[in-house]
Amino acid sequence: MFNAITHSQIYVLDQDRALDFYVGKLGLEVNADVDMGFMRWLTVSIPGHPERQILLEKPGPPSLSEETAQQVRELVTKGATGGSLIFSTDDCRKTYETLLSRGVEFTEEPTDRSYGIDCALRDPFGNRIRFTQPKP
Amino acid sequence: MRWCDGAVSRAAEETNRRMLRARDAMDRGYAEPLDVPALARIAQVSEAHFTRTFRATFGEAPHRYLQRRRVERAMFLLRETDHSVTDICFKVGFASPGTFSRTFRAIVGRSPRTYRKEAVATDVPTCFTMAWTRPSA
Repeated sequence: MFNAITHSQIYVLDQDRALDFYVGKLGLEVNADVDMGFMRWLTVSIPGHPERQILLEKPGPPSLSEETAQQVRELVTKGATGGSLIFSTDDCRKTYETLLSRGVEFTEEPTDRSYGIDCALRDPFGNRIRFTQPKP
Repeated sequence: MRWCDGAVSRAAEETNRRMLRARDAMDRGYAEPLDVPALARIAQVSEAHFTRTFRATFGEAPHRYLQRRRVERAMFLLRETDHSVTDICFKVGFASPGTFSRTFRAIVGRSPRTYRKEAVATDVPTCFTMAWTRPSA
């Protein structure tokens, strides 16, 4: 029936700030950045992996009413929306040091787990992000 | 939407984000005594406002959140390690085994020992385990 997961979505409160973070700091690349009139279709992906895109969606009309968009914004900034991202990495500690030097806000330092080494951070808006160096 | 409504919303979002930053700090330092001055600095509010603003944002006082976080961490250690209940009590920041057992039972509905017997180990990333196993009481 299905072949792959191609897109997932997270809410961001400002798409230019999101680009500064996801591309400028985390090192993802822009896959699509299209002004469609009713919305800005903005997706990013891991360099070299365009088949798996993350839609950076700004809540607002006409998709959501102003009132609902405001509720979404409040939930994002409380860290209460679902849009978590989990990446894999070859070297968790090295990636952590690199991102820390770029000013990324970490909530958990690299820690040994049963499944590998992972750590956690937040984007500027409150979304949770993890990256994991899986056990060999 | 009027300009001033937008400004009020942006201010509330900024407050949420700062309180979330303080809550993340509590999650990291759960075993330490609650340090309201330090958390207020992280959240960029006055000490007098911190507790009230935290409660307004997350629906509970910082001390209660911390208590539930400590119990969640204790639940994790009971599931995933063979540390003694007493060791776990002190490790997660409780001052006495009696307080720990009482608080644990009141929140989880079972004693730490009974919980350990009934628990199942999980391989879920920490932030999800922390969010979903944190007792809601």
